[in-house]
Amino acid sequence: MRALSGKVAIVGVAESDQIGRVPDKPAIMLHAEAARSALAEAGLTKDDVDGLFTAGISTTELGEYLGIQPKVTDNTSVGGSSFVIHVGHAATAIATGRCQVALVTHGESGRSRVGMPPRVTPPDSLRGQFEAPFGLPQPVGAYALACSRHMYEFGTTKEQLAEIAVATRKWAMLNPKAYLRDPITIEDVLNSRPICWPFNLLDCCLVTDAGGAFVMTSLERARDLRQHPIVVLGFGESHTHAMISQMPSYTSFAARQSGKVAFEMAGVTHDEIDLAMIYDSFTYTVLLSLEELGFCGKGEGGAFVSGQRTAPGGAFPMNTNGGGLSYTHPGMYGVFAVIEAVRQLRHDYLDQGIRQVPDASIALVHGTGGVLSSAGTAILARY
Amino acid sequence: MSGYKKPLPKPDPVTAPFWESLKKHAMKIQRCNDTGKFFFYPRGLSPFTLSDNISWESVSGRGVVHAFTIVYQNRDPAFAEDVPYVVAIVELEEGVRLMSNLVGVEPDPGHVWIGMPVEIVYDDVTEEITLPRFRPVRAT
Repeated sequence: MRALSGKVAIVGVAESDQIGRVPDKPAIMLHAEAARSALAEAGLTKDDVDGLFTAGISTTELGEYLGIQPKVTDNTSVGGSSFVIHVGHAATAIATGRCQVALVTHGESGRSRVGMPPRVTPPDSLRGQFEAPFGLPQPVGAYALACSRHMYEFGTTKEQLAEIAVATRKWAMLNPKAYLRDPITIEDVLNSRPICWPFNLLDCCLVTDAGGAFVMTSLERARDLRQHPIVVLGFGESHTHAMISQMPSYTSFAARQSGKVAFEMAGVTHDEIDLAMIYDSFTYTVLLSLEELGFCGKGEGGAFVSGQRTAPGGAFPMNTNGGGLSYTHPGMYGVFAVIEAVRQLRHDYLDQGIRQVPDASIALVHGTGGVLSSAGTAILARY
Repeated sequence: MSGYKKPLPKPDPVTAPFWESLKKHAMKIQRCNDTGKFFFYPRGLSPFTLSDNISWESVSGRGVVHAFTIVYQNRDPAFAEDVPYVVAIVELEEGVRLMSNLVGVEPDPGHVWIGMPVEIVYDDVTEEITLPRFRPVRAT
């Protein structure tokens, strides 16, 4: 694994032309716009692309729409973590010579539901038989169930969960692309509409329309391209279950495995991470991920996020785009965590004050998919 | 046809004995005979050994609340009028967990707790389907 470390770079990133509320574009056009912009930023064309990676739709549909016939196709689709997992798959494909230029795309019309598949649970599916009859709203209810167990085992409080939502909103206030930019307090979170105990509305991610994409190639080739190369130091992935009723433990998940492998491969320590992009579908997703990735001990997540430690200017810069809680979350958020980490490591925000994490040189990106089902971790570095 | 409007399970050949047992108000779940361990949901082989040395066993239907949520909002019209209600993960005495609803208890985080002893209530929602729900075990 160490042989793959640092050999491949991310050379272009982009969102779709608009994000947030985009009722006039089908989901696949959000993929396409992001792909076009990410390639342009890299100084590459679609004819350079010979590796295609996506989730949510088939790579065959994506390739057809963009006129790309790849040598490597990877449709790993395990929820919102998929695009972080694609970083590792694409890096492996490039480092082993199976392809030269990888394009990873995402696009979802999560809010407007234009060109999206219907959400159905067949009654003879396992979920249709063993979960759907009981009326658990998905995915929010699943994360709420799991969170109840963390509160029971470790005394984690709703106030501690709210710290995450408040700090993330402070980052969103610095990002003109963020969907919600008004300041909020811990009281605002606790007093927002109850959804599924212990979650209130502001514990939950947005539902938006958005696309995102990034382009990868060998570090050797990246040196001649437009952007400062951001290299892939390490990556890991895993999953433990599909249905929340089958989750082996509600206070531990696949991030424990994906993070361990990513850190070992990268050969860096937790203290060397300058910023963390941690998938925030719900406040609990973040708290549990921080523990499972080893940034704090088991059960210490609540204390770790208290006192606004993850806010701008705090000791632990996290979700610096405003996250899925306040910037954008169209259903599967992972690609946007990658995009923001790359921009921070390139120092794209140097003229924007505290929006730029000072001297950012190593970032951890963590994706969670399904109902705490899957995990993908990538460690990236400024070359 | 009954007027039941919520999602109903459609048993498949592997899971049918479970649903049949609920219909008879005598729940059965599967055990792996290689390891002696119970498992749930029903499978055509043991998830511990991949062996087909498995059997159906009658169980008490008693357990404890392992995790729970109170649903205050559900956009699904079939459930929208029922809020608030409790969805729980129940751990049966045999060690397996399943999703269900709690009945006979206030849907309030002050009245439901993890570790609460519960027992099965057979809810005959249609002529064909009986759903397993759970209620607190009354103090004796």
